[in-house]
Amino acid sequence: MYYIDPHIHMVSRTTDDYETLAKMGCVAMSEPAFWAGFDRGSVDGFRDYFRQLTSFEPKRAGWYHMQHFTWMCINAKEAENVKLSREVIAMMPEFLDMPGVLGIGEIGLNKNTKNESIVFLEHLDLAAKRSEQILIHTPHLEDKLKGTRMIVDMLCDDRRLDHSRVLVDHVEEHTIRGVLEEGFWAGMTLYPVSKCTPERAVDMIELYGPERLMVNSAGDWGPSKPTAVPDFIMAMRRRGHPESLIRKIVYENPLEFFSQSRNFQFTPPEGLPTAAAK
Amino acid sequence: MSVPISAPELLSRDFLEVRAKILELAACLDRFQRAAGSVEGDPRMRRIAEGLHLLQSADQPDRAEQVQLIFSLPYEEGWRGKWNV
Ligand SMILES: [Zn+2]
Repeated sequence: MYYIDPHIHMVSRTTDDYETLAKMGCVAMSEPAFWAGFDRGSVDGFRDYFRQLTSFEPKRAGWYHMQHFTWMCINAKEAENVKLSREVIAMMPEFLDMPGVLGIGEIGLNKNTKNESIVFLEHLDLAAKRSEQILIHTPHLEDKLKGTRMIVDMLCDDRRLDHSRVLVDHVEEHTIRGVLEEGFWAGMTLYPVSKCTPERAVDMIELYGPERLMVNSAGDWGPSKPTAVPDFIMAMRRRGHPESLIRKIVYENPLEFFSQSRNFQFTPPEGLPTAAAK
Repeated sequence: MSVPISAPELLSRDFLEVRAKILELAACLDRFQRAAGSVEGDPRMRRIAEGLHLLQSADQPDRAEQVQLIFSLPYEEGWRGKWNV
């Protein structure tokens, strides 16, 4: 089955991984800007990273006939440095109109601190002023519930934001309902140990239905599995769900969400529609 | 949305996996006890015990969500005002 991975950090993966993804049916991916495992020292460090995201990664994906899209921001971990964050936010517009740049992300919270909140709000302001889509990282483990609720508070307090253009990622059993009820999109991340498993993601589909839900691998430099979306497809089949429902979640939903970005130009594989059927 | 396959089918499919996971937990707890030092009184052990207790409540349809809550820090109402952000 053809699928789209809506959240994967390909800068941290090898070209062999691109090839494997293509062989498993991946036709497109979106790569939010994130923490590279170390703190960058200057705004120019981020500028070079954004150049890699907007020029080199689409090229690598193209070698295997996949389409690569991306998102710009300074991530929550480095947002602890408010001065540097402001410099990066001021520089981001250099990239936001480029082809394949879908919006601002993955912004969010990491340890739920005041500085992280300040930088999150300043990203929201830029998104609202420029009418950008937003992709949000929620914290992990014991910080997730509190952080997700703080994020939803900040999103709901800003009346300028269209909730149907915001994706709140890494939801789990205790955070998914609050996100969907406010009209946001939700992403389930399949990740070893610290996040969700394919079977639990299927459970959440059964509990909440397939609307505004996506699954992703969030493959990155840490222990993660870039082919986690095919694992989910297999888990759905073993549970007896029809192919049409699986395709909605792994292909049509990402397409519907991304299509709201002005820089999203997608050529579907032969025989598949350009946009999700309504 | 319902589960397409029946409960007996699911049980047959998942029984060995559930058994293996319980066994893994049992061996983990044995290991904590066998090793030098003590984890008694460690707040994480209390949360583990709470989690195990919760699994046995037959009338709880949302065990996964409840387990998540046991391992979550509390949210504080009015946090924006307190921080002035
Ligand atoms: Zn990520």
